[in-house]
Amino acid sequence: MSETEGSEQQLPAGNGADELPESRAPHRVIGTPPPARARTLLEAPPGEGEPPAPRELPAEPANLPQAKRAERVVAALFILSMLASIGFIAAYVGLEVGTVSGTARSNLVLGLAMSVAFGALAVGAVIWVRFLMPQVELTEERKPLASTPQQRAEFAKTFTEGAEASGFAKRKLVRRTLIAATVPLALAPIVLLRDMGPLPGTSLRHTAWRKGMRLLVYGPNTPLRPADFAIPGQMITVVPDGYQDNLDALAKATTIILKFAPGQLLPPTNLNWTVDGIVAYSKICTHVGCPVALYEQTTHHILCPCHQSTFDAARGAKVIFGPAARPLPQLPLGTDAAGYLIATSDYHEPVGPSFWERG
Amino acid sequence: MSKTTDALLDGTGRFLDDRLRTARPVRGFLRKIFPDHWSFLLGEIALYSFIILLLTGTFLTLFFQPSMTEVVYHGAYTPLRGVRMSEAYASTLNISFDVRGGLLMRQIHHWAALLFMAAIMVHMLRVFFTGAYRKPREFNWLIGIALFTLGMLEGLFGYSLPDDLLSGTGLKITQGVLQSIPIVGTYGSFFLFGGEFPGHLIIPRLYIIHVLLIPGILLALISAHLFFMFHQKHTQMPGKGRTNTNVVGAPMYPYFMAKTGAFFFFIFAVLALLSTFAQINPIWLFGPYNPSGITAGSQPDFYMGALEGALRIMPAWEWNVLGHTFAFNVFIPALLPLGIIFTGAALWPFLEQWVTGDYREHHVLDRPRNAATRTAVGMAAITFYGVLWLEGANDIIADQLQIPLFTLTWIARFAVFLGPVVAYWVTKRICLGLQRKDAHLLEHGVETGVIRQLPTGEYVELTRPVDEETQAVLEYNRVGAPQLPASPAAGDTGEIPAPGTRGPLGRLRLGLNRVLTEGIPIEGDGHGNGHGDGHGNGHSAPAAVTAGEQAATEPAAQQGGTDGEETGH
Repeated sequence: MSETEGSEQQLPAGNGADELPESRAPHRVIGTPPPARARTLLEAPPGEGEPPAPRELPAEPANLPQAKRAERVVAALFILSMLASIGFIAAYVGLEVGTVSGTARSNLVLGLAMSVAFGALAVGAVIWVRFLMPQVELTEERKPLASTPQQRAEFAKTFTEGAEASGFAKRKLVRRTLIAATVPLALAPIVLLRDMGPLPGTSLRHTAWRKGMRLLVYGPNTPLRPADFAIPGQMITVVPDGYQDNLDALAKATTIILKFAPGQLLPPTNLNWTVDGIVAYSKICTHVGCPVALYEQTTHHILCPCHQSTFDAARGAKVIFGPAARPLPQLPLGTDAAGYLIATSDYHEPVGPSFWERG
Repeated sequence: MSKTTDALLDGTGRFLDDRLRTARPVRGFLRKIFPDHWSFLLGEIALYSFIILLLTGTFLTLFFQPSMTEVVYHGAYTPLRGVRMSEAYASTLNISFDVRGGLLMRQIHHWAALLFMAAIMVHMLRVFFTGAYRKPREFNWLIGIALFTLGMLEGLFGYSLPDDLLSGTGLKITQGVLQSIPIVGTYGSFFLFGGEFPGHLIIPRLYIIHVLLIPGILLALISAHLFFMFHQKHTQMPGKGRTNTNVVGAPMYPYFMAKTGAFFFFIFAVLALLSTFAQINPIWLFGPYNPSGITAGSQPDFYMGALEGALRIMPAWEWNVLGHTFAFNVFIPALLPLGIIFTGAALWPFLEQWVTGDYREHHVLDRPRNAATRTAVGMAAITFYGVLWLEGANDIIADQLQIPLFTLTWIARFAVFLGPVVAYWVTKRICLGLQRKDAHLLEHGVETGVIRQLPTGEYVELTRPVDEETQAVLEYNRVGAPQLPASPAAGDTGEIPAPGTRGPLGRLRLGLNRVLTEGIPIEGDGHGNGHGDGHGNGHSAPAAVTAGEQAATEPAAQQGGTDGEETGH
């Protein structure tokens, strides 16, 4: 511990053997065992002329009967802790997990045993400190943290001498070439991180949707005819056929379709991209990319549950409230020969949150 | 003690001392004095939570698989059997249902993380409001801010690891925020995630950051924090016999050791109890992550709430300039509010030194009321953070209080600016009122309730002086700082202003000084030093205390003038 200086106290020095005055230190020949007195770290035996130094800490608390009672309480608590720990081990061995109810039971018993084991130790130790140890208040002097001017001067001298001896200040060529050498060396680790990922390229501008790709209902993964989705006011999540298990693709391509009664869909919705009042928007919020999962059919509001960006589904999913700055992109819809809903192209703009290169 | 024990201790001591010369330093260590106050335990809560985090976290690493490889679940939790999920999620389910004590350890780990962050927050507030960050403890204040920031990151990465639906949504938000940062955002996101979100690399990468990189830095910073605290000695609350040059309390051995050990056990017990009865992050209910799915009422852990609220409160501002997008609606709330708080907190000690000209060491703490402006600034910051934090749960609050969601967000948009102003003003009035009460107590004493009739027929209530302990507390450091070299009064008396107070910067400094040192002076002080500050006192509060009077108001100023440092103006 480098604390020696700081923890000097205004207390009488201890009289351990290593602090005997020089004149009283026993002389001995190297190689012979030291006399018994010098071997003890404890108090010197009394009655050798010098009076024993006063104690810093009393040996007993002031209220002895109370301490006696406290001792029994502390011991009881420590025994309780011991029993709880044994109980913990027993419960670990005895209680099966592997079912929900078994896990719940095991968690309850293990947790309780652990709480009691630690709690009883804690309470016991506090009672010990409060009632078994004598209450003391000691004062320790605090020295200013700053060194003396002389020490500072000595440091400055040592430092300057070292700097001069190294020639770092004087030999400019060495200094400058050293600095020149470290700069590219510091760049190397940054370069090493380059292969952590590919460059973005234009990947954020495209999704998995292609012309003719069927819309699969998320979950059952079945295609959908317009007639299957006939009740206005509904919203369902769809994914591109063939990508239903591809999380990377779904992170951008997940789409919602909503059914409107005739005449309810208004500009700026692109009506050419709708089929029988069914309109498709990206499910990825244009704020920070949560799925916009909540739909209020009376007001046609789509709400993002993360930060409450609110979009008007009847009006091209334009932003009504909240932190999102752009409407949800609309997916062009059509039907294939079999009558199933398909995308007629990819989204015409990047989906999801903004990024620097988006423009 | 028995002879055997004596011999054993003696032998061990000699063995160590012969080799390491431990007797003197370890004796100093054992006799080190620790001042006592309930608020000093807050940092210990954070420390012990961290230790518990290391212990339980190590247990969890024995079973957790940081992998995004898809597997089909066949474990104990029947509702998810046959479901495709990442190995990370499956192994978290296994820890919860198939490993004995696994659920308990997982829950203790999560609860300890919450306690760690909560304790750091409250500990930092304690340090701020009592002025414990003042010279010489600025390093520890800065380390504390770094610990808090790293703790937020560590927690975010930690609860992202199970790869459940909730944590995946959190990761998506993190990715969206990262992507919004101008110029570097898209690249940062692609490099962190190894391509597009979610990819297959983010969980293993977050895992190694969560279990090695950040804990390593935390451990190093916490060690430095403790070492500085130990080396500089702890601060103490004002009281009788407590001065700037001593430490009063109980020694490390055996008192502090026993107490702090008990406290560690107590915190472990509380966390175990919470984890037994209070379910936390039941990931099996959320299901595996899927970018198409989300649960309503998604909430991050509480220490991320202010960031979440900032994202929710922000208006939809976005610019498209020259083919580039400035997503102010995302990166401003993500960086600015906490940036202001952390930067402000980091600069505050140095700003306060410059404004007050107080470059002395401080080891006795301020009572918050005695530094009215500082306390008011702190309360303003709490209000700012608090509004954002509440806004982070605006959907739940709107639902519970039956307030329309949009109305609530508009209220928060105003409250985030007006709230801190109100908090500042109210706090300052309360502090000055409390100072006035203290001054009254010191001047007139405690009312005894005994009414006496004077010979003139007048009735008076008898008072008695406050007791010595109370007097020491009330008098200490009444107005926190010395005066600047030239007070505003100096101009009135035709003195030449000191160099530090000239020019626009100097005038700013004087103005801030007047605000920062505002307080109620104790009149008619009983120390017989008069008003010897020579500035034509009596115009305003700051003039009431000078360096000279400062020394005299320190109780038992036995060391007179050994206050060490030049004040350095």
